[in-house]
Order: sequence, then C-alpha cells, then structure tokens
Amino acid sequence: MRQLYNFAFFDEGSKREIRRAILKGIAIPGYQVPFASREMPIGRGWGTGGLQITLAIIGPDEVLKVIDQGHDGSVNAVNIKKLIVATTGVEITDETARASLIQSRHRIPEVPLTAEQVLVLQVPTPEPLRDIEPRESETRRLHAEADYTGAWLGLFEQVVRYGNMTTGADHPVLVNGRYVMAPSPIPRFDNHKLNNAAHLTLLGAGREKKIYAVPPWTSVVSLDFEDYPFAPETFEGIRCRVCGAQGVYFDELTDPDTGEVFHQCNDTSYCQTRREAQTRREAQT
Amino acid sequence: MAYVAVSGGEEAIAASLELLSEGLSDPAANVASARIAAALPELIDQVMGESSLYEPSLAALALRQGGGSVEEAVFLLRAFRSTLERPYTSRIIETGNMRVKRRISAAFKDILGGQILGVTRDYSHRLLDFRLDGEEQASDSASPAAPAPVPAVPAPAPAPAVSAPAAEAPQGFPNLPKVAASLRAQGLLTPPPPDDTPPRDITMEPLSFPAGRDVRLQILARGMTQAVMALGYAALRGFGPAHPTVGELRYGTLDVLVDHPFEAGDEEDAYYVGALAVTEVESLFSVEREEQEAASADDTHELSFAIGYGLVYGRAESKAIAMSILDHCLTLGDETFPTQDEEFVLYHVDSIEATGFISHLKLPHYVTFQSKLNSVRRTRHDADVPGAAFAREERTDGSQEASHATAV
Repeated sequence: MRQLYNFAFFDEGSKREIRRAILKGIAIPGYQVPFASREMPIGRGWGTGGLQITLAIIGPDEVLKVIDQGHDGSVNAVNIKKLIVATTGVEITDETARASLIQSRHRIPEVPLTAEQVLVLQVPTPEPLRDIEPRESETRRLHAEADYTGAWLGLFEQVVRYGNMTTGADHPVLVNGRYVMAPSPIPRFDNHKLNNAAHLTLLGAGREKKIYAVPPWTSVVSLDFEDYPFAPETFEGIRCRVCGAQGVYFDELTDPDTGEVFHQCNDTSYCQTRREAQTRREAQT
Repeated sequence: MAYVAVSGGEEAIAASLELLSEGLSDPAANVASARIAAALPELIDQVMGESSLYEPSLAALALRQGGGSVEEAVFLLRAFRSTLERPYTSRIIETGNMRVKRRISAAFKDILGGQILGVTRDYSHRLLDFRLDGEEQASDSASPAAPAPVPAVPAPAPAPAVSAPAAEAPQGFPNLPKVAASLRAQGLLTPPPPDDTPPRDITMEPLSFPAGRDVRLQILARGMTQAVMALGYAALRGFGPAHPTVGELRYGTLDVLVDHPFEAGDEEDAYYVGALAVTEVESLFSVEREEQEAASADDTHELSFAIGYGLVYGRAESKAIAMSILDHCLTLGDETFPTQDEEFVLYHVDSIEATGFISHLKLPHYVTFQSKLNSVRRTRHDADVPGAAFAREERTDGSQEASHATAV
C-alpha cells in the first residue's frame, strides 16, 4: 500500500478549505476563523497551524525562510523546512530580504518586511481571553460583543500587584480598532512591527484550529493605559558581542570560560548579514 | 568567540535520526508487521480507534515504526489519514444488523436472542501465564507441524445467564434484537427527537460549541482510550454523577456498503467494501421526563430511561462503556461538573492534541523566556538582580519614555 503525497502534502480540497479560512481572516482583521485543522506529520503544538497555512499558500516558485526563536538553524525550524522542501521542492533561504514566504515561531525578523512578503506566525494559544475565560463558547461571545473588560482588568491587576504590566511575550493587541488579538508569543519588542506594516501577516493555530490575519497597513495597537504605557523589553546599553548591533532583540548567553553574561542578536540572519558587510568593508580598507 | 546560540540544529537532528534508525534496525527487534497484528490484536484495535483509521496492517506498521508507542502510532496514522481523499460515503450502517460474536446485558437476565458470553477475559484469573514463554520458544524452534499451543488462559467460567452457546460463532449471530427495543416498546425509553441531518465530519469541519451529538460521539470514539476511561470513571464515581446500567454490550462485525456513484439503488445493488469489528454499548440512565403527557394530579414528576451510547473500533469494552457514560453526561450538560462540560471533555481527550501540546514544551522558548525574564527582573527590588536597579530608578523619577519605561 504505497502512497505518494501531493504537492505540499495536502490534497487540493484541504488546501482550498484552508485558503478560504485565510481569506476570511484577511477580510476581518484580528478575527479568529475556525478551520478544520488537519493532523500533520509534525507534532500538534510544534507549528502545525503555521505549517498548514504555509502548505496551503505555497507555490513552486516560492523562496522560503523558516525561523524558530529568531534562528534559521534551530531544530524545529530545520525540521519544518525539511518537511516543506520534501513535499514541494521550493528554494530555501536564510536571508530575510530574499524570502517571499517566511514562517516563524516567536519572532518577527529585524529587517522590515515588504509588501512582496508574507509572514506566517505559529500560534500556540490564539485566544487572548483564555486566561480569564476557559470556555470557547464564552470567549466567542465576548469577541462578538467587543467585551474586552477582562483583558483590561488582567493588565490592571498586574499594575496593582507589581507596579506595572508584567506580560512577557504575547502582549494583547487591538487590531483595526475592533478585535483584541494574541500576536502569538512574539516578544513585546516585535509588536510594533505588526502596526501599519507593508506585509501580510497570517497566524495559524493548529491544535486550537484557528486562523487569523493582519492585512497590510492595518493598525495594531498594544493594549496599555495612559499612565502605564506599553513598553517593549529593554536592552539598554547592550551591544551584540558578535556584530555590535544595538536596539535589537537579544539572546542572553553565558561565556563558558569566564562565566560572564553577554548578549548576541537573537535574529541570526540579521547578525550574519551585518558581519558579512563588516568583513567586506574591512577587506576594502 | 564561537558563534553559539542554537546552531547545529541540522546536524543534531540528522545524528538523532540516525540513532533512532539504528535502534530500530536491531535484527532481533525487527518484527514483521504481520506478526504484530497477529500477536497483539487489541493493541491494533486501540491504535485504529484512536487514529480513526480502520486498517489493521497500517496500524501494525505504525506500531512497528513507532517502537510500540501508541501515541506515536496514532500520530503516524492520523498524519497519513489527513492526506487521504474521501471519494465515497458508505450507506448508513444499522448496528442492529451486527453479526454479533459477544453480547451481554447487565439489565436483564433473559434477553431476546440470549446472552452470548463469547470471548472475554472478564472471568479469567489474572495470573501471569509463564507457559506462554515456553510456547513461543517451542514454536520458534519447532517445525511447522508444532503441537497445538497450550491454552493461554483457563477456560472462562460460565456466566450466570448464558443461554446461547458459549463458543463464538465464526460469523456471529445476525439480526439479534436490541435490548433497548423492549424498553422502547413499553414506552419507558424517551426517544431523542428525530434528526436526519447528515452527521458532520469532525475531520473536515471546524469544531464549534455547543457541539452536536454527532460531533461529540466522533470525538469520544477516537479519544485516547485511557483519557475517555478516566473521565468516564470520574463521572461514575461522583464528579458529575452518572451511574448507568449496561443495557447491552455487543461485539461483532458490521458490513460496510457503498452505493454505485452514479446509480444509487437499494442495498442489494450496493458494493460490499469490507467489515468493521466494533464494540457497541447502550447504557441506561433513569432521567426525569421532560414533557409529561398526562398532567399528574399531585404535581409529581415522572421518570423515564435515556441511553448513553458508545461505539468504538475493535474490542475496547471499557472505553465503549466510558464513552456511553460521557455521552450521557454531555447530554445532561451541567457545567458545574467537568465531566458534563463539553468543552472540558471534547477538547482534552484527543491524543494528537494532548501529546502535541505537552511535547511542544520541549521546544526552545528562548525568546519568550527572555521576555519573561525581563518582566520578572523589573518587579524585583533587590539590588543584586541585574536590571532591578534600573527599574527602580525608573519608577522614582517617573519617566515614561517608551524605550526606558519599566517592563510591561
């Protein structure tokens, strides 16, 4: 009983259904569209939502970049890339600017994306209200009525208790002035990259069976208070030990020899590009 | 300074996969799929049930590839299943037409068509049978004409009310009447409202709530065997109390017929594509009658029976009974009990989803943890925590410049 897989793994009927959900998501920015999430050959919770979007929209001429934790070579990124290449044969790149389709977990690249690019984010928990309301039927009603009291109260309680909002990644955002959305666990540092962006962002949650989208040039505002404004992670006075970059998102590392804490660009492709440019400049001088 | 981060993923994965394949290529461990299917039929049943893919040879292959892990075998088969086109829909299968190989009722001693004990371990003694090992060595070394194996378990003691032959009829007994039919005839069983809406296919349509009974039964039928049992047990024990009487438990085979795509006719003209072995359970619960036809003078309520339904692939009797309990619990739908809360039950019994999300915790979370670390540090007052001093200054001078503000 041998079975040959179709281009991009799915049968065409499945692709069509997923594309319909994507189109609906684009039409209603920030609204979570339920879809019949398929079981995939990688773990459910390991990026199957993003993977299903990627496989539903990928074409043979696509140039694909997959990152996990900002890194093209991270184990899960490699694993997802292998599967996509095995079923499509598309070209792979690490270089952000060259990619036409970027699937990512937990990061938006440092290099601003263009109108020609599509960003697919993997989402573990698409429901921004899940912490305050475990029931899906109830959270759907809250979204329908734009009742976001719970989301605000959650942030307010943090202010009361800890002196400020203490969200880590996945700080909730208001999309197009209507839907509160979980931006997937990107760090707060990346939230602004969704606001009025040139590129299309598609978000897929496989296990939770939801697809949603931020179309280009759509307002995405992080929830905050007038007296407690939203603020990204700070890396004040920190430079990348490898390329010297400042004002980017950093990985915190420990030197195995000295025990000293140092930092490196989290976006490895960005770091690499900078170092190559530096090497070229040094060669010229 | 070497470039550390998490590079080397590609090489590490390749090396890990190599170790995995070496482990499985141990010749002593290399059991043919057919032997797995023959030796462990109930494991095959469990895997087929949780995969919702009825194909014993593929289940055996998946178990072999997954080193015997049910979780892994189900994962392989589900991923395979989601690439399959569904060109035909079978004719409606009437479970009353089951060719019954085993059939018991805990409700009535004497049932129409008789109780058929069939194959069961229920009345066996759970003593390890060390002779099985000897048997295997004998059959490994002996010629094909090896002596007949020693019986694995003592012959089952006859159940109190067995009226039909204890030996399993090879083809099963067709057309036995349902136990519930007699209650229905007496008007003691409240029939659910008739509903001929075609059932939704949970693998092709998004799950939404409130879920219909069709959706509920599909999810429970392919739920993790042990998860369905644990929740069913919880309900039975007291969390959402539901103590049923097993009206009827049947095991047997059901024929699957497919109409000609262009010339749909009656059953006689349909194509026979195979048979499914299933366990079916109808549990009886006493419930208050909702619509009382005759208004009672003393304003008391009347009771009636309702059925909790379980249907699973193969011989998975505990799961089928637990499924019937949960089916009834979800009909009651009192969300103060987790076992009656459909989102709690239906979202959490699926193997792929539970194992997928739990195992994803092994993935790197460097970025999100860095973000969390940043937030935690900003709440700390101790001077020796890096970043805390900065946060404190920030608070006292009241600066709210975005790039300097304390963490959100």
